[in-house]
Amino acid sequence: MHIEIDEIAKSFNGTQALHPVSLSIPSGAMTALLGPSGSGKTTLLRIIAGLETASSGRILLDGKDATFTPVQQRRTGFVFQSYALFRHMTVQENIAYGLRARPRRERPSGEEISRRVECLLALIQLPEIGRRYPSQLSGGQRQRVALARALATEPRMLLLDEPFGALDARVRRDLRAGLREIHDATGLTTVFVTHDQEEALSLADQVAVMSMGRIEQVGQPRDVQERPATEFVKSFLETAPAL
Amino acid sequence: MHDAALSPVRTESRPWRTGLIIGVMALTFVLLLAPLAVVFAEALRNGLSAAVTSLSERDALSAIRLTLLVAAVAVPLNAVIGLAAAWAIAKFDFRGKAVLITLIDLPFSVSPVVAGLALVLLYGSHGLLGNWLVAQDVKVVFALPGLLLATLFITFPFVARELIPVMTEQGRAEEEAALTLGASGWHMFRTVTLPNVRWALLYGVLLCNARAMGEFGAVAVISGKIRGQTTTMPIMIEMLYNEYLSVAAFAMAALLAALALLTLALKSALEWRHADFLSATRRH
Repeated sequence: MHIEIDEIAKSFNGTQALHPVSLSIPSGAMTALLGPSGSGKTTLLRIIAGLETASSGRILLDGKDATFTPVQQRRTGFVFQSYALFRHMTVQENIAYGLRARPRRERPSGEEISRRVECLLALIQLPEIGRRYPSQLSGGQRQRVALARALATEPRMLLLDEPFGALDARVRRDLRAGLREIHDATGLTTVFVTHDQEEALSLADQVAVMSMGRIEQVGQPRDVQERPATEFVKSFLETAPAL
Repeated sequence: MHDAALSPVRTESRPWRTGLIIGVMALTFVLLLAPLAVVFAEALRNGLSAAVTSLSERDALSAIRLTLLVAAVAVPLNAVIGLAAAWAIAKFDFRGKAVLITLIDLPFSVSPVVAGLALVLLYGSHGLLGNWLVAQDVKVVFALPGLLLATLFITFPFVARELIPVMTEQGRAEEEAALTLGASGWHMFRTVTLPNVRWALLYGVLLCNARAMGEFGAVAVISGKIRGQTTTMPIMIEMLYNEYLSVAAFAMAALLAALALLTLALKSALEWRHADFLSATRRH
């Protein structure tokens, strides 16, 4: 799915969270929205998902205007920063939620749903945890369950808000590789938000560096690092190790 | 050393701790349990049959029926209104939110008698809406609608107050997750919002119910205390007691207390039955 962000702006109660920004996210690629906190990257991600409405501008999904498409019909797989797993449901129920929420005639049968849940649990390499509750999982396991839940509905794109933010360094490295593998296997257009330069540069095909509600530079990781377009990009990436 | 690190630090000596625990238990017994026990003892002073006979009188039955009816209408209504108010306050930002929170607490800070008087002034025959209501042939004061309005006013905060902190703490993330997974607003409410607050909601409803059945002040003013027509159980108890019919008064009091204890037992039973589930899902 090709995502075209066309002059999207957003203000909350008079403060400008996003100045008009434009960005083209190619189909099947993995794009990182990179920037410090308050740069507007999460707001932009939520606007793509339909969780916020833009104050002005348009979102085009595969060329069709989706600016006012309700969140339920955008078919995005969204992984929240704190994962937002349903705490009163088991892992199986969490993953099956999107399939069970469908209207009756589009809903798969019970057997089909459990088969899909099994497949997804295998995909995230946690086949044994289906009956547990989220509170009984480690941080890394929760993140993978959130990913499986987002993939269950066969979304058109995968959006992740600081997907590795709350994890320790070793788990983070494992999960990064896992996300890249899942991305490559499914071919889903993926956008993730991060404040970690190294994460963005090592994982993404395309990086959009953001600051103060503006996109400073868009490019391949190597381009952005070798030819920073602005002083901000230069100083922000300085701390990252060379690729 | 590992075990020592896990057990909490205690500065109190063992006799101190034992003394404190015994003291609290004794206080609880004297202040809470003893009065309740006396009520039951007094009710059964002339035997169970005397108590049952006094409860089967026409006026007594009418009071019991009225109390149950008022609770049956007021509690569900306040549960729905309280849920809506808590949702609005916890999940959205809007102007006047602080005012709304203060207003919800109003029944807690206003004396029930004052609330009853206010309703009489508003809906009574000389009140602001009284003339219009008389013209429509609707009786509010000294009738069931008045009792309901008073009970709704008094018990308004219970459900909302229980829900607001729980809903605020849980935030919107799980609801948003449900929406991105394709759930409609109503499906999200049914499968995510409501299950997440069900214990707080139950607790609020039980408190609301206890107060709806037990409310005296506001109801006493607006009911006019018409025996057999607008007397609820608490008012009936006072009337019987003032007439020196102490067995009848205490029998009714015991029944009212038993209804409250029943709701409390119900809550404990539910918590006990779902203990595993609760321990697994709390503190996520």
